[in-house]
Parts: sequence; structure tokens; C-alpha cells
Amino acid sequence: MHLLQDRGYALPSAEITPRAVYEDRRRLLKLLAAGSLAPWAARQAFAQTARPNVLAALPGARSAVAGATTMEKLTPYKDVTSYNNFYEFGTDKADPARNAHTLKTRPWTVAVEGEVRKPKVFDLDELLKLSPQEERIYRLRCVEGWSMVVPWIGYSLAELIKRVEPTGNAKYLQFVTLADPKTMPYVNSRVLAWPYVEGLRLDEAMHPLTLLAFGLYGEVLPNQNGAPVRVIVPWKYGFKSGKSIVRIRFVEKEPRTSWVVAGPQEYGFYSNVNPKVDHPRWSQATERRIGEDGLFQRKRPTLMFNGYEAQVGQLYAGMDLAKHF
Amino acid sequence: MSAVLEPSSRSGGARGKAMLLHPAAKPLVFALCLLPVAWLLHGAWTESLGANPAETLIRATGDWTLRFLCITLAVTPLRQWTGKAALARFRRMLGLFAFFYVALHFLAYAWLDMGFELQAIVQDIPKRPFALVGFTAFLLMLPLAATSFNRAVKALGAKRWQQLHKAVYVIVLLGLLHFFWMRAAKNNFAEVAVYAVVIGVLLGWRVRQRLTRMASGRREQSGNA
Repeated sequence: MHLLQDRGYALPSAEITPRAVYEDRRRLLKLLAAGSLAPWAARQAFAQTARPNVLAALPGARSAVAGATTMEKLTPYKDVTSYNNFYEFGTDKADPARNAHTLKTRPWTVAVEGEVRKPKVFDLDELLKLSPQEERIYRLRCVEGWSMVVPWIGYSLAELIKRVEPTGNAKYLQFVTLADPKTMPYVNSRVLAWPYVEGLRLDEAMHPLTLLAFGLYGEVLPNQNGAPVRVIVPWKYGFKSGKSIVRIRFVEKEPRTSWVVAGPQEYGFYSNVNPKVDHPRWSQATERRIGEDGLFQRKRPTLMFNGYEAQVGQLYAGMDLAKHF
Repeated sequence: MSAVLEPSSRSGGARGKAMLLHPAAKPLVFALCLLPVAWLLHGAWTESLGANPAETLIRATGDWTLRFLCITLAVTPLRQWTGKAALARFRRMLGLFAFFYVALHFLAYAWLDMGFELQAIVQDIPKRPFALVGFTAFLLMLPLAATSFNRAVKALGAKRWQQLHKAVYVIVLLGLLHFFWMRAAKNNFAEVAVYAVVIGVLLGWRVRQRLTRMASGRREQSGNA
């Protein structure tokens, strides 16, 4: 598979100086001289992103997982929390922030079941303490051609998977998200088949970068971002990362996910970020970074596996990624 | 508004007609038609177009193109319905505003999405049926805009000019298909359905007119025989 070949010169994206940074070097040096880079240095040392003081604090230690902390500029909290695809609360990207206040995030349980030796219904408080919370700064690439950089709080989904002990039949995970017509106004609409279902292969779910997220920007998740608990798979298009999860089922066969049911020719089960495989209606070669790229700035190139090729490329060795899109 | 709705009321009708023929009527409509672009420019200037201003600009100019096409196509049915021939004075301006917004729509795409890279644009459009349909509609609007002034009508002859400008029916249907396709992946058809109904009524009215004219023509013919 030529896409995955080690060409010897492929740098992990974390080592590439962002264009804006090297172009701005003079300004940076001036700022450094003025001592105003101190907060940046602090972020380096303690992985503490400045809290917006909107919701309850949820601190996370700097993650040691390879590739888990990009040093790219964070997307402003306001943009991260006001530009969302969460169709249960409306199809316009401003809708979730307007409508998701009705979501009741407590009490909350997540049923983990199926092909596991120790199925269990976890209470949210139990999940929060299951493993130490870490801050992971991930790129988020939406299938629509925009991206963000978000400081999530959570821990590797693998921590939860290990505790329920998958059986030999467990090949895939199915994530079922909340579909409550009382609090989610669009669950009665026919936009998608509810509840929203997503899925991963077991080895994808076990990858340390796959995150069970409870917060962002050092605070608990805002409702519109998938409170109280969601999955984040940074090398796949955003819709693979289900919000407000209520059930995780281990299964033998590839689960039918909501978007594959809605448009099999447009959305595949894998949906890995791939600049070479276009969406039928738009190119995936470039993306616009929300809140950072100016209106007239050229779109930036999209990276293979959203820049996580060094970490996750081997999961797809030998696969035809144009066919398994 | 009541003047328009009650053609039978003589004084109201006269007042409405006077309003439509008032020297300030055209500049007023012109200014109203500029409001959407003024609002968008203001939003871009004050950075209040949301987290993805480029997307907002591209989508809003597309929306306004469809709206102006519908408004333009509503002039003739409205004129017949209300009996106010003076409404026709505004049709050309409204049609040209539809072109103005489609030109902005294409400009926004070419600039904000494609960075004016000609080669990328040339590769991008045919690759995607949705974009190709929209671009075709845009191309079809060019000759209509180019022949909108009086001398062009004279040069072409009224009949040929009219034939040419019937392309607007194809254009509005292509525009609708473009919008439908754009929303199709997300099964988000509520807004598309509204436009489909409006366009269906506007074109359906014309089909009915045609049929009744044909029917009465046949009656006359059989009467003569």
C-alpha cells in the first residue's frame, strides 16, 4: 500500500513547525523578550490550559501518550462551543449551543455489554475516576472540510475496555448515543436514524490515542460538545466520535453506523481522514482551521490520518483505503 | 400591502399603482435588494459571521441567489393576479440582482474556498456533480445578464430575446438541484422543500397558463371549422 509506505522523509506532524509559527518568528522573539510567552511555557510544563470559567473544573495532567499533545494554536473556547454538529439539537451548527441546555447529564450511566466477560453498567462518577484524567490536545477534522485544535480531558478508552475483558468474539465496538425525544428536539426528525450509532474496530478502540472524553479546556464538557461523556478518535472525521454516549456494545460483526445507513456511498465505516480520498461532493485535500485562518487565507493541506499517521498508520497496513474509506 | 391584495378596491388600487410608478420606487427597491450584501459585508467587517465566516458568506450568497430567482419569477404571476402592470418595471432589476448574488456566490467560492487557483477550480468543478450543476446554472445566467439592457432586446428582436430568457426556468431548476444535492448527504431537506414548493408553484402557474391558452386556441380553431 503506497499510502502507508515509510518513505523515510515523513515527519510526524508534531515535529513540523506550523507555518504561522515560523512566519511569525520575529514577532515571537519580540514577545519572548517581553516575557509574554510565559503562559505558553506553562502549558508546556503542566499541560494546564487556561480555564474559561464557564463550567465545573475537570483538571487533567499532561498526557504521556505519543502524539497526544500537539503544540498547535488552540481553537478559541467560544468557537469550540458554538460551532457544532450535534443533530439531536438541530442541523445548523449554531443550533446545539442554543438548544442543548435541555440535556440532563446527571444521573448518567454507560452500559458496557456484549462480547465481554465482565459486562457492567457504569455510573458517570465511577467512570470519571476509573483512570487518571489527562489533557490531550488533538486536531479535530470534520468531514465538511474544517478543523479545530481542542484540549480535551479524558483517558484512553483502552482503560475501560481492559476492565470489561472482551472475549475472543469481540471484533468491533458499537457506540450508542442518547436519543431522548423529551430533551432533544430533533430526535423526532428524519435527518438520521436515531439513536446515533458509531463504531470502531477493536484495535482502533484499543489504540491509546482513542479517548474517552469528559471535558475540554480544563472543565467538564459543555452539553453541545457531547456531555457528559463522549469518544474522540483524532485520526478519523469528527462524526466517528460519538457524543453523549449511553451504551458501548462489543460485537463480532462490523456495526451499521448511522451515517453509513444514511449515505453508504458518501460515508464509510472507517472514515479515516485522508486527503487523497475525496468526499463525493467536495475535496478533502485541504481544510479551514476555525477561528485561526483568516477569511482570505488559503486553506491548509489536510494531513494523512489527520497528522497521526506515525501513530495509527500500522492499523491499516495492507488495506486499500480508497475502498475502505 | 392591502392595496396589492385588493385589486377591486379602486382607490386602493390607484394608490398602489401610484406607489409603484413613484420616481422613488425603483431606487427604494434597489436599496432593499442591496441589504443582504450590506449585512454580509458588515458581518465580515465586524467578525460576526460565526466561527466559519467563509462558509457563511458562500452559503448566504447562494441562498440569496435562489431567493432572487424566486422573486423575479413571481413578478409575472403577481402582476396578473393583482392586475398591476406596473410591477413589470421591477422585473429586470430583480433578475439582475439574482445575477449579482450568483456572481458573489461564485466569487466567494473561487476566492475563499479555492484561493483563486484557476487550476484547482477547473479540476474541482467537474469532479463534483453538485458543483457542476451550480456552475452550469451560473454560466446560463451570463447571457441573460448580458442581454438585459434595452438595446440588446432591440438587437435580438423581442421574440428571440424572450426565447433566450426562458432559460431562467432551467436555471432555477438547476439551482434547486444544486441546493438539494448540497443538503442530500445530511438528509436535511426542510429548507430545500420550501424552495421546491415555491418554485413548483411559480413554474406550475406558467404551465397552467400555457395549457389554458392551448385549450382556448383549440376551441377557437374547432369553432372556426
